[in-house]
Amino acid sequence: MNKFALEITNLKKTYDSGAVALKGINLTVAEGDFFALLGPNGAGKSSTIGIIGSLVTKTDGKVKIFDIDIDKNFPEAKRMLGVVSQEINFNNFEKVMDIVTTQAGFYGIPLGLAKEKTETVLKRLGLWDKRDEQARNLSGGFKRRLMIAKALIHEPKLLILDEPTAGVDIELRREMWDFLREINEAGTTIILTTHYLEEAEQLCKNIAIIDHGDLVENTSMKNLLSRLDVQGFILDVNEPLETAPVIPNFLLVLDDPLTLSVAIQKDQSINELFQHLSEQGIQVNSLRNESNRLEEMFIEMVKKSSS
Amino acid sequence: MNRRSEILVGLTTLIRKEIKRFLRIWVQTLVPPAVTMSLYFVIFGSLIGPRIGSMDGLDYIQFMIPGLIMMSVITNSYANVVSSFYSVKFQKSIEELLVSPMPNWAILVGFVAGGVCRGVIIGFVVFCVSLLFYPAFTVVNPALTITVLFLTAILFSLMGFINAVFADSFDDISIIPTFVLTPLIYLGGVFYSINILPDIWRNISMANPMLYVVNTFREGMLGVSDVSIPFALSMIVLFIVLLSSACLYLLNKGIGIRQ
Repeated sequence: MNKFALEITNLKKTYDSGAVALKGINLTVAEGDFFALLGPNGAGKSSTIGIIGSLVTKTDGKVKIFDIDIDKNFPEAKRMLGVVSQEINFNNFEKVMDIVTTQAGFYGIPLGLAKEKTETVLKRLGLWDKRDEQARNLSGGFKRRLMIAKALIHEPKLLILDEPTAGVDIELRREMWDFLREINEAGTTIILTTHYLEEAEQLCKNIAIIDHGDLVENTSMKNLLSRLDVQGFILDVNEPLETAPVIPNFLLVLDDPLTLSVAIQKDQSINELFQHLSEQGIQVNSLRNESNRLEEMFIEMVKKSSS
Repeated sequence: MNRRSEILVGLTTLIRKEIKRFLRIWVQTLVPPAVTMSLYFVIFGSLIGPRIGSMDGLDYIQFMIPGLIMMSVITNSYANVVSSFYSVKFQKSIEELLVSPMPNWAILVGFVAGGVCRGVIIGFVVFCVSLLFYPAFTVVNPALTITVLFLTAILFSLMGFINAVFADSFDDISIIPTFVLTPLIYLGGVFYSINILPDIWRNISMANPMLYVVNTFREGMLGVSDVSIPFALSMIVLFIVLLSSACLYLLNKGIGIRQ
């Protein structure tokens, strides 16, 4: 029995301009997964999503959604799929309620039932109070929620979100995370592209990285993070320093008189560092990660792929 | 739900959306043709018309009525589809349709139906306005009149759709109506019978497709025409078939709508 929500085989896309967006990627996403599709700008993420959602015409390759080949039965495949595009794609002059009800109609849901479903989904996304407002009057965050409401109206089994939290404030982003976790736990497979790597780390079980139209990584989040060899830390000290302290096996850099940065290998003990600092009379007030762990690895992978 | 019901619901949703769109902005869509045509009737019908005398044995204002109705139907059905479809492309809300299971033919029928509805409503409005200026007007052949009204609205809605598919800017949706459609309509026998033209201009006018649409409608309303009605009707139907095929080809290929 098939357990894949999405199967992509040798997917290629060359635009009319001659730009090669996808060089033949292979990818599978298991049913029930919360999957991150990462990559720098222009890597081919949106082209991949566009092809799956019928917004971009593929040059070659196969795409199956829940074992349904989009070349053979696209209507059936589309019923399984909800797509939240990167850019706003509704008529700003229409009312929130009308936008979602109309979208339901395009999926063949009769008007009466469409209204009931719209009420449910708008309430779930905190948009019910805004139902009679024109979409142009909504804030950026509410517009994003409206995009999600549209994509969920026909209860898809696979939901693809292309940078859904871009430009959304932290509080709303966290609320959106909770909501996405909730629908994933209820059985919806989710594929997410994002530039916020913390978001992928927090939400996703599996991850693929695309760069220059090639798949450079496809593994579990746990496996990926376990490969981190080095982590950078920032130390805030209580007394100004003139030079960086010299400690065997640790390379410390003085960023400013009150701030040190240090790279710690996977097999090194941070306690050992603190012990040496203490012996030299240096007290550490606070300690924080230099940057997101996944971000470091992502940059490293993209660099490798580019070279 | 079976596939047929699903498509039917999708199609009625799109048609409802299209009709709501032009009714919501009725001041911009329904009122201007009524005002413009009233001015035509006042100036060319009531003021200048009596000095012109008769045209094809009819009062000039009476002769003008079918032409002005057709002019309104053509420009409004075309304008409705070209502006609506270009807007959904421009706003990217075309994606709402593309991601859905609606087939391309239903998308085409939905937009064309919107254009036809607006064209027919405007035609009725202009006819009502004409009755204010010429209350004695009676329609000679209602069946032919209604048939031509709908066929014309369908034909020019399809043309508007093709224009919108290729349009890349708002300028592109006004070039053809301004520089092609309007001159052809004015020279297509709305205000005169081509029998009053010298031979050379009459022969040139015969190559104007608007002449056939306007005259077939005039035959339906007044029983007079400068062209062969079976030939004109066949040509209208033939062009509807050709343009529908072209529209479906463009949609299936994704030209102008898919990358």
